[in-house]
Amino acid sequence: MTVHPKDVDIAASQPLLRTVGHNHPHDSAAKHVRGEAVYIDDMPDLPDTLHLAPILSPVAHGIIKNIDLSNAKSAPGVHRVLSAKDIPGKNEAAPILRGEPILADGKVEHVGQMIGVVVAETFAEAVQAADFVKLDIESAKPCFDVEQAYGKDSHTAATQRLTSGDANAALNAAEHRISGRIEMGGQDHFYLEGQVAYAIPGEEQEMTVWSSTQHPTEVQVHVAMALGIRNHQVSVIVRRMGGAFGGKESQATIIAAIAALAAQATGRPCRFRLRREADMAATGKRHGYVINYDVGFDAKGRIGGLNVKALANSGHVADLSGPVVTRTLTHLDNCYHLPAVDFTGFSAKTNTVSNTAFRGFGGPQGMVAIEGIIDEISRSLGLDPNEVRATNYYGPQTGEVTPYGQPVEDNRIKAVVDHLLKSSQWEKRRAGIDEFNRRNTVLKKGLAMMPVKFGISFNLTTLNQAGCLLHVYTDGSVHLNHGGTEMGQGLFTKVAQVVAEVFGIPLLDVKITATTTEKVPNTSATAASSGSDLNGAAAFNAASELRARMADVAAQELKCPAENLIFAEGRVGDGENSMTFGEVAKACWLKRVSLSAEGFYATPKIHWDVTKLKGHPFFYFTYGAAVAEVVIDTLTGENRCLRADIVQDCGQSLNPMIDLGQVEGAFVQGMGWLTCEELWWDDEGRLRTVGPSTYKIPGSRDVPPEFNVDILTDRPNREETVFRSKAVGEPPLMLAISVWLALRDAVSSLSDGRLAARLDAPATPERVLFAVDDMKARTKEQA
Amino acid sequence: MNTSINFSLNGNQEAADCRADMTVLEWLRIEKRLRGSKEGCAEGDCGACSVLVRRADSENYHPANSCIMLIGQLDGGALITVEGLAGLGEQGHAVQIEMAKNGSSQCGFCTPGIVCALSGLLNENSNPSDSDIHDALAGNLCRCTGYRPIVEAAQAAARTVGESSLDTKRDGQMQSVAGNGDSCVYHPATLEELHTLRKSNPDAVLLAGGTDSALAVAHAKARWPQFTSTRNIGALRNVEIRGDILCVGGAVTWQEFLPFAQQYWPGFATLIRRFGSVHIRSMGTLAGNLATASPIGDGAPALLALGAKVVLSGPDGNREVDLNAFFTGYRQADIRDDEIISSICVPLPKPDEIFSVYKVSKRYDQDISTVCGAFWGVLEDGQMSDCRIAFGGMAATPIRVPSAEAAMIGKKWDNESCESARQAIEAQLSPMTDFRGSADYRSRVAANLMVRFLKETAGSEEPMQVMAL
Repeated sequence: MTVHPKDVDIAASQPLLRTVGHNHPHDSAAKHVRGEAVYIDDMPDLPDTLHLAPILSPVAHGIIKNIDLSNAKSAPGVHRVLSAKDIPGKNEAAPILRGEPILADGKVEHVGQMIGVVVAETFAEAVQAADFVKLDIESAKPCFDVEQAYGKDSHTAATQRLTSGDANAALNAAEHRISGRIEMGGQDHFYLEGQVAYAIPGEEQEMTVWSSTQHPTEVQVHVAMALGIRNHQVSVIVRRMGGAFGGKESQATIIAAIAALAAQATGRPCRFRLRREADMAATGKRHGYVINYDVGFDAKGRIGGLNVKALANSGHVADLSGPVVTRTLTHLDNCYHLPAVDFTGFSAKTNTVSNTAFRGFGGPQGMVAIEGIIDEISRSLGLDPNEVRATNYYGPQTGEVTPYGQPVEDNRIKAVVDHLLKSSQWEKRRAGIDEFNRRNTVLKKGLAMMPVKFGISFNLTTLNQAGCLLHVYTDGSVHLNHGGTEMGQGLFTKVAQVVAEVFGIPLLDVKITATTTEKVPNTSATAASSGSDLNGAAAFNAASELRARMADVAAQELKCPAENLIFAEGRVGDGENSMTFGEVAKACWLKRVSLSAEGFYATPKIHWDVTKLKGHPFFYFTYGAAVAEVVIDTLTGENRCLRADIVQDCGQSLNPMIDLGQVEGAFVQGMGWLTCEELWWDDEGRLRTVGPSTYKIPGSRDVPPEFNVDILTDRPNREETVFRSKAVGEPPLMLAISVWLALRDAVSSLSDGRLAARLDAPATPERVLFAVDDMKARTKEQA
Repeated sequence: MNTSINFSLNGNQEAADCRADMTVLEWLRIEKRLRGSKEGCAEGDCGACSVLVRRADSENYHPANSCIMLIGQLDGGALITVEGLAGLGEQGHAVQIEMAKNGSSQCGFCTPGIVCALSGLLNENSNPSDSDIHDALAGNLCRCTGYRPIVEAAQAAARTVGESSLDTKRDGQMQSVAGNGDSCVYHPATLEELHTLRKSNPDAVLLAGGTDSALAVAHAKARWPQFTSTRNIGALRNVEIRGDILCVGGAVTWQEFLPFAQQYWPGFATLIRRFGSVHIRSMGTLAGNLATASPIGDGAPALLALGAKVVLSGPDGNREVDLNAFFTGYRQADIRDDEIISSICVPLPKPDEIFSVYKVSKRYDQDISTVCGAFWGVLEDGQMSDCRIAFGGMAATPIRVPSAEAAMIGKKWDNESCESARQAIEAQLSPMTDFRGSADYRSRVAANLMVRFLKETAGSEEPMQVMAL
């Protein structure tokens, strides 16, 4: 029997919820602060453990003529040096397509590509020996530029086109028309824990792999493929990651496969950890984009037609670039009804690291583009950007259809924005900022609002499934396992709350356990903000089924109808008589009733045609909005966000404290992407920002000193999600686009707001100063 | 030779028989199996490895990056790790209790380091301002939380931490040599001992704070069979006023110098608080910063503009070099193999003196300057009677700009002389392009900083820097 979450009467149960909807600290918080939370590199070494260090390509593109391992092999402590030819199975890391090697074979396609790995007694010995490998690589001409790649139609994944209406006709008929180009950089995940795996060989070629991965199943499949064994011989386990953000969705597979390869080759446990510099050189990042657009609009700024060509820097292979580009195209509309569009998405092949998933997954890049376009339209018409936004919003009740064919139902954008503009005192502050700008010659302030609509579900319908395994023991304690992974986002806590709620037991009676392919098979990545929606619902189903069985037994014991029983405060009863939850469990065992259940969940309603880019890919949308106030220095381009106000719709939040943490953290991370975080390659294609000394993520002082975050926690999701909650992982990252828009506003103030700033992302001090100088020159020209 | 390295670890005396050039983090994680401290970057920047350290000659704990601190540097001192803090009281340190309650950790990987940084702060300052907390956290990155719950936990812990709970008894002292046969550290106590030692062991690496040179060791790219620390040389550990000169000893750390900067050159103090982190500044020295002769070290431009001199001590005595003549090329300085910087002498401020130093970088805290500009002048009745202008990040070495100085000296300090100086800067300097900024950007900023200096010193009421708001 599968119980659907809709069977819980939300309206009736809401006031009674005892665990769900309450603040519970992260389940590992006490361990985190005491240094007791165990990450993979903290696990005690098993006897005979060997350590690995990668051999990385020094050139961006070339043919491998020879790999001379003699010096490395004879270095102290070295056991083996492995390269592509040592892979007994398939040298394949591609999550979707094929032909993406784990270790470079025959050719190298980016600086930092892994060519081989040294296996040594100690980590230091492995690292030292890796430097002794002599590589003879015949260099070929590299390509680092997405527009150049587009020019020669060099791509990693099929080019995508999303059209609706007749965009060209709309453009030709439009009163006004603007075309332009926006460039935005990529972003390193900078998870504090680098990529790591620990592989332990067993009998009959079995392999147990502890992997810091968001996707244990993908690790399992690729380890089996690489070793030439069956999936059932591989177990993948992950208790926690030290951050991931998408960077351990597909990239972790490569690290785990190499660790397993070494373990199989040596018959000894092998630990593979990438140091920061190697991690940043070898693993994928957020895709940088160049987006060209041509927009037609009327005198009120109402968009009639929009052509967009989005060129994503895919890197040397596709990895997840295809679906990343899909999400860009399906989020170019953001909150705006676009009657006629023609969007092209191109996965440009370049000789850089292969870019991958990163919180937002292409959505943020699409939204930066459309918001840049709105800014251009507003300034060209002399209108307030927020008015132009309002003119273009999807109607609140109309169910207007997105370019990909999904009606926008349960549209909360206007409610969220109105709430925010009021709570952030927009009108008053706008006037104050204009006054500040009149009185100051060097510092200029900017103010901007950013609305966000984000689609929840994996675009690919198949991936929207999850499983859970639940055991109740005869003392009433509960063992919880599901397919989701914990990377800091609090998923384990939320899912445990769901189980505790269904059973009416204290949260601490639910034991959270490491994710493993042995307990829940064939899982999807913990990604796309879907972790609690999918795994929470699967856990709800498992718990509901067990509760129904236990209720039958309790009814017999208490001699009352099962439907009268209430599970609450660790007891099961009908209001008059009751037993403890543990007593019911014991009774089940005595009566030979199973106390173990699996739960399964498949998101309803969704479908997607991956070739036409049409369908109903998202179960629902989440809404949020932010207002940011910034100041820039027109002499140096230095800039700072002074205040941010946020409203984020969290449905009926499972855990407001954890959701708040997601909103704040995502905003600051998004702000980093758009301001101080700059990936910089030299002319030879070497990434020169490969550590925190050169790649600057936000620090504590960069957080806006006034930071008002309002999460709407009491607006049940209209769709039947677990306890009517909403996903929260990715959407608030895009709220940080308000900071970039505010920086543009500050630059525009030099023209009294009449001209749009030419400011790409990240808006480093350099880009801001150049935009300021450009604005000064254009304003002078006009005068 | 085999002399154990002696120090206390979380209150227990340790006698570590290991290489002196092992990093403290390696020792903790591999030798002691204490794996609460994490490696996040191995370059002293992310803070996941932060521990608290009390050096043998000090009563105070400071946070340190255990990934780039060598175990030999701990000799005679004390070390507290996150595990040690967890052992305090019934539930651990107040910072740990508050952080666990307040949603201050998500993935938790940065958390042990943040616990150490904040408990170090509260040990020194039980009533920190927000700005003090940000200063303390400048060396610790968190990628998950957005910091708000961490800052709040620090504020809450300050209310409950009460008296310092970290022991301050000084019981150890640096041994003249410590380590094993593979790697040992020397701690000479006098300059004479140092010179004798360097003569007999010319291969021993000279180490001040090690925040730059130990990076090679941390990355397992270098091993040091022997190294010589300047830390125990009493003569190098003082800051003293000699007439109208402030003399800063060659082993004085930035953190030790900070109060003097605050007293005499508040702008310099602001710069120093943005220089590395408390962790780095508590180890790194002014002398080390100058001796590396990096074009982007922040100490040099400020000290160049202030007219500092470097005193070099060699086996045959001292010699004094004007800092302006000290830097001879990219990462090269006028310092002989057998010499050491024994002090840095800076003229104290005179009446009518104006001084500003501006750092421009991608991030405000703990970043390396794209451009650092320092401006010193003597302003008498609106006339600039003397001036020095120096930059970092604009050439192969930290550099003065004599043509811009000439354009200002003897002139009225106004838009006109400022514009001449601006043009002179643009004409004289030809910086390079790298990941911190393009040549064009560096040139525009360096010239524009003249304008900021004029406006700030010529009576403008406007706020001039984004951090002023």
